[in-house]
Amino acid sequence: MAGYIARRLAQAVVVVLGVTVIVFGLEHLIPGGIARAILGARANQVQINAFNRENGFDSPVWYQYWVFLDHLLHGNLGFSYKQNRSVDAIIASDLPRDVMLVGTSLVLAVLIAVPVGVAQAVKRNRAFDYAGTATAFVLYSMPSYALGLLLVAAFSIAIKALPANAPQGSTVGAMLAHPAGLVLPVATLTLVTYALFSRYMRSAAIDNLAQDYIRTARAKGLSERAVLWRHLLRNSLVPVTTLVGLSLPAVLTAGLVVEQLFNFQGLGLEYFNAATTYDFPVMLGITVLVGCATVLGNLLADIAYAVLDPRVRY
Amino acid sequence: MRPMGGLTEEPVPATTAAPAGTVPGPPASAPGVEGGEVYSQGSAFRLVLRTFTRNKLAVIGVAIVVLLVLFCFVGPLVYRTDQVNTNIMASNLGPSGSHPLGTDNNGYDILGRLMVGGQSSIEIGLAVALLATITGVVYGAIAGYFGKVVDAVMMRVVDILLAVPIVFLFIFVATLVTPSTWLLIAVLGGLSWLAPARLVRGETLSLRTRDYVQAVKVMGGKSRRVVFRHIIPNTIGTIIVNATFQVADAILVLAVLQYLGFSLPPPTATWGGMLSQGINFLSDGYWWQVYPPLVAIVLIVVAFNFMGDALRDAFEVRLQER
Repeated sequence: MAGYIARRLAQAVVVVLGVTVIVFGLEHLIPGGIARAILGARANQVQINAFNRENGFDSPVWYQYWVFLDHLLHGNLGFSYKQNRSVDAIIASDLPRDVMLVGTSLVLAVLIAVPVGVAQAVKRNRAFDYAGTATAFVLYSMPSYALGLLLVAAFSIAIKALPANAPQGSTVGAMLAHPAGLVLPVATLTLVTYALFSRYMRSAAIDNLAQDYIRTARAKGLSERAVLWRHLLRNSLVPVTTLVGLSLPAVLTAGLVVEQLFNFQGLGLEYFNAATTYDFPVMLGITVLVGCATVLGNLLADIAYAVLDPRVRY
Repeated sequence: MRPMGGLTEEPVPATTAAPAGTVPGPPASAPGVEGGEVYSQGSAFRLVLRTFTRNKLAVIGVAIVVLLVLFCFVGPLVYRTDQVNTNIMASNLGPSGSHPLGTDNNGYDILGRLMVGGQSSIEIGLAVALLATITGVVYGAIAGYFGKVVDAVMMRVVDILLAVPIVFLFIFVATLVTPSTWLLIAVLGGLSWLAPARLVRGETLSLRTRDYVQAVKVMGGKSRRVVFRHIIPNTIGTIIVNATFQVADAILVLAVLQYLGFSLPPPTATWGGMLSQGINFLSDGYWWQVYPPLVAIVLIVVAFNFMGDALRDAFEVRLQER
């Protein structure tokens, strides 16, 4: 297994390098170059040349990429001239809030999807199963904002029970002081994520139900409850690791939309605002981060799978 | 609805000979006439079609798509409205006889806007799925067929592109250039082929070891012939199912981009754009500005997902029964 992990790690490094190439390429797609984007439309050629010389943008492309990588490795994601803050500082303040939103939603979605999937598998092709499938289908077919919108219409406008805006605290602690405002964003992202997971969980549980170990467990006289909780549920948890890893890009995308809808100060909203103000360094920094998070998520998922499931051979 | 006749007739042909070599092409009227084909081409597809049409959700899905396509493309010819010039005098009107679904903030008739707005979603969704499917299938088949270094390199490229979410990338592109229909198709299609590429590659890895592929190689068949005539046609089930889901996913991504304001610029009508505008008036009780586009988006995505699900079942049944 050590060999597998080493190989997987090498792959991840290659993919992360690829992501940096994409981001570097995006930076160079900006019309007029990053200098024009930062200095503004009224900068003259002398100023642009000076900026390019100071920041190394007049050197050969391969060298620029090398410098770009060097900065990344030193944790330097650039400077936002629009906000007059380093991109590192911006991300450092957004990231904890984002981790709270995405992390909580992922955990909740797993906590819902796994037992519901098992229950659907056990009651296969009965009313409960059909209801679950139908719910997942509709949730999956809804753009994430539409779901949030329906929740706002129901809980903020119709019965005025929950605020339609996320709390605006600068830290996670300050946001947690107003838990009511967190309910709708977290609920929306949880449901979106649940929709991604649920159909897979159901079929995984159905596959597991047909396995020999279930028959053995029943044959040795275990109660049905013990079979389900001790054997089926635990085995159904193994593919969750892969599922969480693979769904990260979709969840982060949904996170962007949810943050925009509820004005939740996370990385997604930061990215959206940066796009509307043409704050390219921030966009590039967040893109690198999202790409690395996805690669890391997949890597951890694959390793966790190999550790958790001794049947997997490499 | 059983257009293929009763269920009892038309027994499935004997399947003793390896049927994997048959190419389930378009439904042929006559059984396979080429030498060596034991399995008729028509019946394989007919079986899929029959299983598909027996599925109620599939029929509902097809019906919804047909109705929405008529609604969006034929509707504006019958129900004529001005969707370019604003009419402030008629803004935010509730549903009435002259405006069945009311008007929006700019005085556009919502029903008419709903018709026009769906056109871009349907057109782009289909084009993206087509582009992504063709690219992905060829890419995946080549990677899987050649294997080894070619496969490793090609699949790392897929991994890299998968790591950066499509919406993030498109938003970046949209800050550089004003999106047009072609740009949307090119970028979304250019990034959506990763899933079909992975699926087809996976299937190719197993298909290339089959006897009939080996036979073609022994007889001196070129790689191109093997890939395009023997491997890709045998992944047709996976391809069609995935293409259907691709349409649904593309329309969803498009709806998100339209909502965030990174899609076709105004005054182009889009469902997502109508929604993002209507949200501002949700607390004013202008429900007709929000729910119609929302229902339209969900309906068309659900419809394509229904079809994809039913097709998957249908192709699985084909595999089981033969």
